[in-house]
Parts: sequence; C-alpha cells; structure tokens
Amino acid sequence: MEVAQQEVLTTPAAKEAVEVSGSVALLEALITEGVDTIFGYPGGAIMPIYDALYDYKEKLNHILVRHEQGGIHAGQGYARTSGKVGVVFATSGPGATNLVTGLADAQIDSTPLVCITGQVFAHLLGTDAFQETDVINITTPVTKWNYQVTDANEIPEVIAKAFYIAKSGRPGPVLIDITKNAQIQKFDYKGYVKCNHIRSYRPKPIVRHQYIEEAAALINQAKKPFVLWGQGVILGSAEQEFKAFIEKSGIPSAWTILGAGAIPTDHPLNVGMLGMHGNYGPNVLTNDCDVLIAIGMRFDDRVTGRLDKYAKQAQVIHLDIDPAEIDKNVKTTVPVWGDCKETLPLLTTLVDKKEHTEWLKLFNEYTQKEVDAVIHTELNPTSEEMTMGEVIKQLNELTNGDAVIVTDVGQHQMVACRYAQFNKTRSNVTSGGLGTMGFALPAAIGAKFGALERDVVAIIGDGGFQMTLQELGTIMQTGIDVKIIILNNRFLGMVRQWQELFNERRYSFVDIQSPDFVALAAAYRIAGKCINNREELVPTLKEMMAHKGSYLLEVMVTKENNVFPMVPQGCSVSEIRLK
Amino acid sequence: MSNQDTEKQEFNITVYTENQIGLLNRIAIIFTRRKINIDSLNTSPSEIESIHRFNIVITESEDVVRKLTRQIEKQVEVLKVYYHTNADVIWQELALYKVSTDVIAEKVSVERLLRENGARVVVLRKDYTVFETTGHREETDNLIAILQPYGLIEFVRSARVAIIKDSEGFNSKLREFERLEPGEDVIENEYLNKGQKVFSM
Repeated sequence: MEVAQQEVLTTPAAKEAVEVSGSVALLEALITEGVDTIFGYPGGAIMPIYDALYDYKEKLNHILVRHEQGGIHAGQGYARTSGKVGVVFATSGPGATNLVTGLADAQIDSTPLVCITGQVFAHLLGTDAFQETDVINITTPVTKWNYQVTDANEIPEVIAKAFYIAKSGRPGPVLIDITKNAQIQKFDYKGYVKCNHIRSYRPKPIVRHQYIEEAAALINQAKKPFVLWGQGVILGSAEQEFKAFIEKSGIPSAWTILGAGAIPTDHPLNVGMLGMHGNYGPNVLTNDCDVLIAIGMRFDDRVTGRLDKYAKQAQVIHLDIDPAEIDKNVKTTVPVWGDCKETLPLLTTLVDKKEHTEWLKLFNEYTQKEVDAVIHTELNPTSEEMTMGEVIKQLNELTNGDAVIVTDVGQHQMVACRYAQFNKTRSNVTSGGLGTMGFALPAAIGAKFGALERDVVAIIGDGGFQMTLQELGTIMQTGIDVKIIILNNRFLGMVRQWQELFNERRYSFVDIQSPDFVALAAAYRIAGKCINNREELVPTLKEMMAHKGSYLLEVMVTKENNVFPMVPQGCSVSEIRLK
Repeated sequence: MSNQDTEKQEFNITVYTENQIGLLNRIAIIFTRRKINIDSLNTSPSEIESIHRFNIVITESEDVVRKLTRQIEKQVEVLKVYYHTNADVIWQELALYKVSTDVIAEKVSVERLLRENGARVVVLRKDYTVFETTGHREETDNLIAILQPYGLIEFVRSARVAIIKDSEGFNSKLREFERLEPGEDVIENEYLNKGQKVFSM
C-alpha cells in the first residue's frame, strides 16, 4: 500500500470511500482504537493480515511469540499493566485452539482482550478443510463475545463492537474469527467509527440511590464493619475513590489476590489478603464482623471456603458492576449495583467519619499471632536452605515495592502475593481464577510492553516455568527487559503440600526434574545465575536488578516447605490453620 | 431460603434476543455447563421486528432459575430474560399424528375420540390422515394412547410456547423490571422498535 493512501485511511470516517482489503481495514481499525502492540503468530489462514501488517510495521509493534498460548498470556499481561485492551493474532485450527487456555483465563479474571483468528475460506467452512476448527463454538463458553466475519464489509463495525465489548462494563475477552476470503476481499471502506452503544448490551447497571442510602445506613450503625475488595477497584480505575471511602469510614480492608495493590500494602487500613492462603485476621474476622462490604469481588470459593459457614452473622453489602454476581454465592442484604467508580463516592458522602480503633486493633492482634507462628520464620529463616518468603522480602527492599510482580501458579504465587510489597496499582499480575501454570513468563513479557517504564519481575516455580519456557525466545528476539526469578523447590510444591497434609505423604508424581535453567537462558542469550546460599541472595538480586536486559535468577529453596496459613478445602474461613 | 426458593418445579424462561448466529449455543451452554436438562425449547421471531423470542422450559428451583436468568441476560445479544412458574403462563404444545386412513374409515369410534380430544384433520389422503391437536403435555399424550391401538404411524410434538398472563407486552414489562432490577432498560426501550437507528449489526 502507498503511504498517501494510508494517510487518507487513518482519518476516522473518511468522507470518500476508499477501496481496501479486509486486512487493511482491520489494521486501520486497530490503529484508531489506539492499539500499539500486537502479540501474535502467523499461519496459513491469517496470511493476508500478516501481509498487510508488513506495511504497518511503523505503527503497530507486532511481537512474534513462540506459541499462541504465550501470545495470549502476553496480551493479558499487557492489558493488566497498561489498562488497555490486549490484542492477539493467531491463525486458524491449532493456532486458534492454542488460545483457549488464555481466553478462559481472561474470561474468569475479567481481562479485556481482542483476539483475531484467521479462518479457512468461507466456502470451505464445514468441509474439514486443512487447519479448520470450529473456533466460534469452541470459544463460546470462554469469551464475553465472539463473531465470525465472512465478508470484509463487516470488519469495521465488528472490530468497533469487539473493542467496545472487551473494555466496557465487566471487561473480558472477545474473539473475532475472519475467513481468509474476507481478509483478501476489497471493499468500499468508509472509515472507522468507534462503537459506544449496542442496544441489547448494558455494560453497567443504573446506580440506585435507594441502595446507596441503605448501604450507608448499615455502615453507619456497624460496630465491626469489614471491607473486602477485589480487582473491580482496579478495573474501574477507582483506587482513589476506594481509598477515600475506607479512610473516611475507617473500615479495615482486605483484598483478594487480583485486588492486591489497589491501595499500598502498608496502608494502615490494609489488613491483608483473603482466602485459602490469605492472612489470619481477615479470614477469622470474616466470621466476626457485623457488616461485610464487598467491593468489586465475586466471592470465589478460594476466598470464602465453606459457604454455609461464611459470614453468616454479617449483613452483606455487595458493590458490583455485574448484576449476575449479586447473590450468586453469598446472599446480599444490600446490593449496590454499578461501577464502583460511581457508587463509592456516593457512599463516601453518606458515611460518617469514624475510626474503628478497637476493631482494627483486633486485626493487628491476629497479625501478630501470624507473624509469630508463620511470617517471622518464613521471612527470617534460620534453616540452612532458603525460603521463598525471604527471596520476596529481599526483593521488596530492592524494588521498594515499585516493581510489577508477575506470578505463575502454586506455592510461589501464594508466597509472592502474601509478602510482595505493592506501592502502586496495576502491579500484581497473576492468574487468579483459572490458576494457569505457565502464565507468568509470557504474561511478564506482555506486562513489560504494557508498562515499559517500570521494572517487571516474574516469579515462577520450577514446574510452571517448564510449561511455557519457549517464550525465552520472544525475550531474546525482542530484547525486552524482564527479570525472572525461578523459585526451585524441585517439586510441584502446592500439590505436594496437599499430598503431605491430606494424602498421607503419598507423593504421587510431584517430584519434577528440571534442566539447567541458567544454561537454558544462556542458550537464548539471556544472562542468569543459580544460587544456593543465603549470602548470595542479596548481591545476586542486586546484580539482577542492575543488569541491563533480561536476567534469569534461579534460587534453590527448601524442598518441602508448606504455605501457611491455610484454610483446608471444605472448612470455614475461621478454621484457618497456622500450621 | 424459603421452600419455594429451593423446591424444584417447572419454570418457563422467556428470552428476548437479537437474531444472531451462535446465540442459541451461547444460551444453551449456560444450562449444559451446570448439567441442567432443557425440557423444551422454542425460538422464533417476536412481535418486534428483528427481535427473537426463546421459550425455554426447565425443572429447577427458583434460586437456580434466578441465577440462570442473570447469566443469560449477561450475554451481549440478549435484551431481556423473564422467568415464570406454570401458574403465571398460558401455554400450548402442538402435536401431529399420522394414522392409516383405512383404519380411520373403518372405525367410526376413532373419529368420535378425535372430536372429543379437539383434534383437527390437517391432511386427508388415501393412504394416511394427519391430525393435529394443541394442548398441555397430558392432553397430547392422552391422544397418543388413544390412537396407539389404531396403528399410529408417526407422531411429533412441538416445543412449548407460553404467553405470560400479566404481561402487557415486552415494552411495558421492561419498565416494570427497571423498577426492580438494574439496567438501562427504560433508555434501551426507546430504541426497541426503531430497528437500525442505533448501533447494531
């Protein structure tokens, strides 16, 4: 394509129709939506789009990943740190099916994505053509919306819809499948108009003042109110509104792992993490509070433990943008429908200025018990071998809590979320709902592209790292600066922990061997070091953080360490165990 | 939770949607994911141009049905979902019965039985006759039992269609829901009969 024509195209809603291909219309749409980075992998059915992309290299930074799953996790990481929509390209058939795990992950964690998949020619649909799969039906349960384009004329409108749906309301992944003929087809392109309304779609419910008033009345008469916040605060960019609310009402507040970092870790009202491996006080006192205020969270079973013994004594106020979440798991006394960016300030105006000193003191007493029983030993071990916790502690000191921490899934994830210091929002990138091992390495790449000015540290287990380690190739080729810490306990640690506690130490297939990770990194021209002694920890962490470019640090940690506290499955949150 | 909330009974779920390929699957998997059987499903254009209406019958508790309807309503192309007990709706199923004309002609009693059951002749041929009847499941079942001894060749029954007793049409129902539940329904409502004036595909 000629440069002059491109200039015409980039003007939204060009007055005169220009004849372009579906592929060009797609790329123009992405540019108008403000997309700067695409994570993708080419293949037969998406070749016309890649051919068009050749002329857009200056405007769209395409990151060639090593596997489509890596591509979509990178898209998720990008979306989490940037707050923008992650964009992923994949070809038909296996390319598209490789996206499924990431779609499911993005769906359950409400991450805005637009995935574009190539598809066989429309006339071949249903003929079992080469690399044909029914991507629309495969991905229906794991997308907020999906659509198959078979005619280039549909492209501008469909892409506009895709971006609007992905990012509005409760965000989520959208997949657009474009048949090859539509990518090639020339049509009269009349410019691109962003979508801001779909008649059948209500991104957020109308705020009801009656409920706000009822909620405020409940909060004002509460003796032991307790706030639980989730990712909704971050997704709604309502961090300031949230902070203002808890500071005026003086309510102790605890977070779900996806909510981590919405307010700084050391905020005096931040009483810690909820859930199975969360902090002692927030779990026990859930069953002691009189008013429970849930903000942008969905009462996941890992947060609630046994539901019929969950906060039964409390009146529940639930603020959520998604009406389907209200009463889904926990019966609500007052539902505050709406975007918490709008509802929180209304609530803040109506609540009394208070300090719940005695109540907050109770949380601190529980914290002290947890420090004595668990935290002190985890962070300051006297054992010869290193613990995961002390690595995180030392990392905190070096980053001052300003880094983006990307975690995989398992013991290291719980340890990192428990002990990492977060001073800024959008600093914690992890696979929460789906628990996808292999998430961290590609997500860290995307997280860095989404926040180039920030340090990104991926903390990964020896098991999870081996699920997507091919993305070291992406790091090598792009030269992106990602710090990787592998906490190697030579076990699939979380499963081993359960086998130890609940299956009489019958360690069934959790003993995992690893390659020489440092040599592997070196093969990808990534600097690295493996450490075994405590004396090396701080100097090597310093070396890693000071290193220009990516760095892989493997830390050999205690083999059979358990993450505590723990709410065993089927138990109530107040039955949390310290050992 | 009251008994009414947890006791299983038949519910009629009415869904107003855009006419979109794949939406049937998107709605169906909300049930199948939870291993809930769909007893009956009917979908056809509604009284409002370009909007389709689903009638879905399932046997579940009200608590489950309420959650299901919210999940259905969350789908981008779904406009509105209602659920009703059998007492709140008037419903019919259509059934067709094919029998040998020779047998019918011979046995006068058959004709009488058909009249008693409100059946009508749809097709009359030398070799076979097709009767039609509408009614509740028991009524159409009853006629199968009656015709079986006379050589019922083929039988087919439609899904249930149901009219909501206290409904004043889709538009006014939307306003009522707006008072009870969240949603920009009243605003949305203005667009409903205007087809392509708003962004849609």
